[in-house]
Amino acid sequence: MIEARNLWKKYGDKVVLERLNLRVEEGEFITLVGASGCGKSTFLKMLLGTETASSGELLLDGKPIPDEPGPDRGIVFQQYSVFPHMSVLENVMAARGFGRPGVTGLLFGAARQQARDEARAILAEVGLGNAESLYPGELSGGMRQRLAIAQALLGQPRILLLDEPFGALDPGIRADMHDLVLRLWREYELTVFMVTHDLTEGFYLGTRLWVFDKTRLDPQAPDAYGATITYDLPVGQMDGRKLKKIDRDLTLTARETEKAL
Amino acid sequence: MKRFINLTPAPATRMMFGLLPFVLLVILYIVASDARLAENPSDKLLPGFSQIGDAIQRMAFEPSKRTGEYLFWGDTTSSLTRLGLGVLIAAFVGLVLGLLTGALPSVSAVASPLLTVVSLIPPLALLPVLFIVFGLGEVSKVALIAIGITPFIARDIQRRTLEIPREQLVKAQTLGANTSQIIFRVLLPQLMPRLIDAVRLSLGAGWLFLIAAEAIASTDGLGYRIFLVRRYMAMDVILPYVAWITVLAFLIDSVLAWVSRRLFPWQSKGVQ
Repeated sequence: MIEARNLWKKYGDKVVLERLNLRVEEGEFITLVGASGCGKSTFLKMLLGTETASSGELLLDGKPIPDEPGPDRGIVFQQYSVFPHMSVLENVMAARGFGRPGVTGLLFGAARQQARDEARAILAEVGLGNAESLYPGELSGGMRQRLAIAQALLGQPRILLLDEPFGALDPGIRADMHDLVLRLWREYELTVFMVTHDLTEGFYLGTRLWVFDKTRLDPQAPDAYGATITYDLPVGQMDGRKLKKIDRDLTLTARETEKAL
Repeated sequence: MKRFINLTPAPATRMMFGLLPFVLLVILYIVASDARLAENPSDKLLPGFSQIGDAIQRMAFEPSKRTGEYLFWGDTTSSLTRLGLGVLIAAFVGLVLGLLTGALPSVSAVASPLLTVVSLIPPLALLPVLFIVFGLGEVSKVALIAIGITPFIARDIQRRTLEIPREQLVKAQTLGANTSQIIFRVLLPQLMPRLIDAVRLSLGAGWLFLIAAEAIASTDGLGYRIFLVRRYMAMDVILPYVAWITVLAFLIDSVLAWVSRRLFPWQSKGVQ
């Protein structure tokens, strides 16, 4: 479904990603981990269409991925991914209205009623059934992310991109959110890419783990080499030793990068 | 003893502290006015409250001997109409300009440099041009207010538009929104309270332009009256007029603040 061929991303002289080659099949759940600044979020933005490759190809169904966001790729950011001026219900209903041609995307009559029913159904599914008249500012962090997910799902994407969606949440709530995401992934037959800071999160969630790391590091020019995928592992067939090894690698890179700065 | 920087007066004390300067000013005025009036009962510079009361009675509650109108209310209506029209036009044009330049990089490329330059022109310097082009009637006064505050509102709204997190715009696009849907559903509603804020901030300048225009060429209005009676040193009329303008400014500001809270309840419910 998604294929990258010798993909590079540079900002001026700074190489962020290099020599990326990969294939992803429909229905996979991929977690992307790595030290900060190692390009995992950049790769997600390239899938999203807000960043473009410097060289190489990133293909969706054999065609270059569009260079602007579209309804086939849903997104949940760590924050700011819901509309603060709309109530919870309106936030989700907006997803329906935006799908239609028109100047405002406002819904009327039967279409509005149908959108409301669908929105209520999905809000109940993510556990926000009782919160539909609240504004996002009144929700807790976890509830706000549930809302962002519900909204993204009603847009009926094929691919769901999650950019550190649970980074700001408490550990207990994070576990609930993991269950929710796994359930929705199966139910809606999505292909999921999730960027996370938390290595253990990536280690146990989903079907496939990518570790972004730098294989080469020049202490005199820390930006000369970019990161690539150093581990591409199927989740569920790994043991604790592997986790420790990856963790050690990433810590090493982080430390050397720090020193080089 | 706490540091001065950490001393916070209790609510009741704070209110007393707040009233104190007003009371002192009034006392100071009464003492000074009495002293001058004792020396010269027909002094015009610091009229007593009874003289001011007489003037208010004459201006507001008795028809003018010459025209039969209640001058005070006529002046108020004319001034508020001019100010309201000018501000309304400025708010509308400023909103459209600010929103489009903030949201659409291509429009910004065309309009932003011009907007920056125009905002540097002192509006009062344009007043003669307006008088020449539009004549001495209402249009030139309204135009001065509108031209004077539109650039401020436009630039403020432009900045506010750019402050809205990009994530929201990306999210809307992943839900299938087109450009106009993003403008009307995501940006515009979030900018409306910002527009009210911008209008509140620009009202001071609005009054300035109004009074300047009325002082130079007008036949009625609060600013016109003040500058007219200045010739007779009629402080008993000028002082209540200035106080009335202050009260009006305060009322308009309070009403706008209330409207903003009332219409956009999501603002006060925390910012996400």
